[in-house]
Amino acid sequence: MHIPDGYLSPQTYIPLYGVSFGFWAIAQKKLKKQLSLKHVPYLAMAAAFSFLIMMFNIPIPGGTTGHAVGAGIIAILLGPWTAVLAVSVVLIIQALLFGDGGITAIGANCFNMAVVMPFVSYWIFKLVKGKSVSGVRLAVAAFLAGYLSLVVAALFAAVEFGIQPLIATGANGRPLYAPYPLSIAVPAMVLGHLFPFGIVEGLVTMLLLKYFLKHEPDLVYAVLDPSKNR
Amino acid sequence: MTRFQKKLWIGLLIMALLTPLGILLPEKFNAGQAWGEWGIDKLEKLLGYVPEGLKELADFWKAPIPDYNFGGEGASMALQAISYIASGLLGIGVCAFAVFIISRFMAKHGK
Repeated sequence: MHIPDGYLSPQTYIPLYGVSFGFWAIAQKKLKKQLSLKHVPYLAMAAAFSFLIMMFNIPIPGGTTGHAVGAGIIAILLGPWTAVLAVSVVLIIQALLFGDGGITAIGANCFNMAVVMPFVSYWIFKLVKGKSVSGVRLAVAAFLAGYLSLVVAALFAAVEFGIQPLIATGANGRPLYAPYPLSIAVPAMVLGHLFPFGIVEGLVTMLLLKYFLKHEPDLVYAVLDPSKNR
Repeated sequence: MTRFQKKLWIGLLIMALLTPLGILLPEKFNAGQAWGEWGIDKLEKLLGYVPEGLKELADFWKAPIPDYNFGGEGASMALQAISYIASGLLGIGVCAFAVFIISRFMAKHGK
């Protein structure tokens, strides 16, 4: 889901830089108010975790590969605004040091994986969980949060890819940037993330939440009353 | 660092050591690149041409360690696997440090 340089037209990547900047500015404001020192080491670990999990490319035999992002569980454990910060830093470092994702596409990639994904995860988790604080319902909520948030993030990336032929074609009628239309990009991106990549994200989210609730329940942002927590 | 945090870091280090699975499994199952992340050569094969705007922007940035691989394109699987672990360790170091510094400045004392 790391869009490389060249696949997005300036008409797409510049506005998405703007959107991501907006979210970074709000995240910075929110975290200055809410973030407590005891969470700092966990933020660092969350970033490390997200970096690593994205290295585990999952193959579709004979087809493409994809990976989980970790933004789903980070949003549940540390809050969506914290996830915006941690995952954005990871994506920027991946682009700068490892060429994974383009420099021009940093705004787009951060929007998809570090903004859309954490918020979708957080909202789905809250919605499905209802008032329960443990048990099967919480596990289902966590799985769905991870699973669907990755799928939605992939859908956003797919739309960004797919609108390029509509935005920019050369004199010969050929697309100037990402060449495939929505009718190809959306199924290609979304199906792979529905199965198998999203399943992995869902399981990771569910299992890690279970682990944290068992060992450090006071940390879990989305299960506590946020007004008391921060 | 609390005992719990130490445990989590050990988990992350184990994860870093396992990262070569992320290149070995795709190789074993004959799976190619992620959709939409093809290089110029691959794109030319897929389409029969390279979109002009894409070609101009594609080399916008020369990353120091492209594809988490120190060995370049022809590197053996063993070298790629070692590069991958080294990149994983470097990556978590840089990411954790950067996020630590940024959030350390934002966090409130007390609590």
